Amino acid sequence: MSEASVEPRNAIEVRNLNFYYGGFHALKTVNLDIIERKVTAFIGPSGCGKSTLLRTLNRMYSLYPGQRAEGLISFYGQNILDEKQDLNLLRARIGMLFQKPTPFPMSIYDNIAFGVKLYEKLSRADMDERVQWALSKAALWNEVKDKLKQSGLSLSGGQQQRLCIARSVAVKPSVLLLDEPTASLDPISTGKVEELVHELKKDYTIAIVTHNMQQAARCSDFTAYMYLGELMEYGATEQIFFKPKRTETEDYITGRFG
Amino acid sequence: MQLNQSLYNQRRRKNAAIMAFSGVASLIGLAVLVWILFVLFSNGLYALDWAIFTEDTPAPGTPGGGLRNAIVGSLIMVGCAVLISTPIGVLAGIYLAEFGDANKTASVTRFVNEVMLSAPSVVLGLFVFAVVVMTMGNFSGYAGMIALSLIAIPVVIKTTENMMRMIPGSLREAAFALGAPHWKVATMVVLRGARAGVITGVLLALARISGETAPLLFTALNNQFFTLDMNGPMANLPVWIYHMAMSPFDNWNELAWAGALLITLTVLAINITARIVFRERVKV
Repeated sequence: MSEASVEPRNAIEVRNLNFYYGGFHALKTVNLDIIERKVTAFIGPSGCGKSTLLRTLNRMYSLYPGQRAEGLISFYGQNILDEKQDLNLLRARIGMLFQKPTPFPMSIYDNIAFGVKLYEKLSRADMDERVQWALSKAALWNEVKDKLKQSGLSLSGGQQQRLCIARSVAVKPSVLLLDEPTASLDPISTGKVEELVHELKKDYTIAIVTHNMQQAARCSDFTAYMYLGELMEYGATEQIFFKPKRTETEDYITGRFG
Repeated sequence: MQLNQSLYNQRRRKNAAIMAFSGVASLIGLAVLVWILFVLFSNGLYALDWAIFTEDTPAPGTPGGGLRNAIVGSLIMVGCAVLISTPIGVLAGIYLAEFGDANKTASVTRFVNEVMLSAPSVVLGLFVFAVVVMTMGNFSGYAGMIALSLIAIPVVIKTTENMMRMIPGSLREAAFALGAPHWKVATMVVLRGARAGVITGVLLALARISGETAPLLFTALNNQFFTLDMNGPMANLPVWIYHMAMSPFDNWNELAWAGALLITLTVLAINITARIVFRERVKV
């Protein structure tokens, strides 16, 4: 099976993106490509705009009046910043995982089924299969297969986060946005989630925001370094970490600040 | 560190004094409550027997009797009021919690709700008298039920909104991130999470209206006989207690105590139930 013959497309193209929190100019003319079925990491010091950038990609900011974006974000050719964009449909195709695990107050099974039921009509047997598939993909199936009826809140932190991963994966999106997914987890759970990211990138495009540079170096194929709302440098992870083109990037990588 | 001994001692004395004051204040409050319960029990327990539930209120001067018509009338009016106020209150609470920050209508609604919460119940009763009783041309159980609903609805709205606002925004965002429409996020995720608190709110509203007298005075009036017809005056406990307590008849006085004890025990039971429901949630 040769992958080299097929040129990977850009899943998302960001062009001249400017973002404002009210009067505050948070993202300044960002230009970036997110390549499909690769992991792109956003790194940078606190307040640099990496989470802000991630949240523009599924228009999560639209929930809050006063936050607005200008420019172009193209998702497989479709401009998602367009006013007429169906936000719910967009978010079903671009999923998001948050820093704090957020299991819904329902059973583990219903947590997974919730998202699926929104857009698909599945028979009971098909739904069971989908739930099992999603939980297996999140490396959680063996731990919860006997207690699917139990509340999602009864799981440990690491398990809850994997439940959230299963929930996001169950609706079969094309892109997964991970906002510091391991920041509140212990090292063992963190390791498991990183392994998952490695597995998931075979089928999904992934963008991950992380404070942890080592994580970015371990997990990602491409890295974008951001500072004070500007995209300082973007390129293959190996190049960013071993031969950064800009001194600002090098300063951050080597820990001189941030 | 140089310890200033006199300052330290002064602080210890002040601390002891304030603790003593707080303790005494709590004891006073508790003592009053215990006293009320004691008086209620000692007067009412004696009169509490099966006849209360099987016989209707006696005519003036006749011995014996019970409170059956009053109990049933109260149950019907309070029950119906809860059935009306729960959906209205919960839906309004959901609206205020989910859309309440976005527009003027919501903040006005919230303000009006606050005012209604502290409106004297006699005023609400008079309002229903003017609008419902005068229009219908007769006192009725329906009017009583409406008056009680007007008292219960603001309570349910306030608790529902507060409980829903306690659900963290991250849970909402997680549901939106799956592509769920707003109404589903509100009902299937947020309301679900706030379920225990909302139920508690309904129970508290129930406890509140169980003992309201003033609004029933001008609406349901009262009835000496047993009736299930809501289209006419209906017997109810609070108004009967008022009548019977003021009367010169011994058996009426006894029945008044029994009625008061009955209402108190019911309200106590409802509050305890509400706490149990709430506690289960917190354990998770």
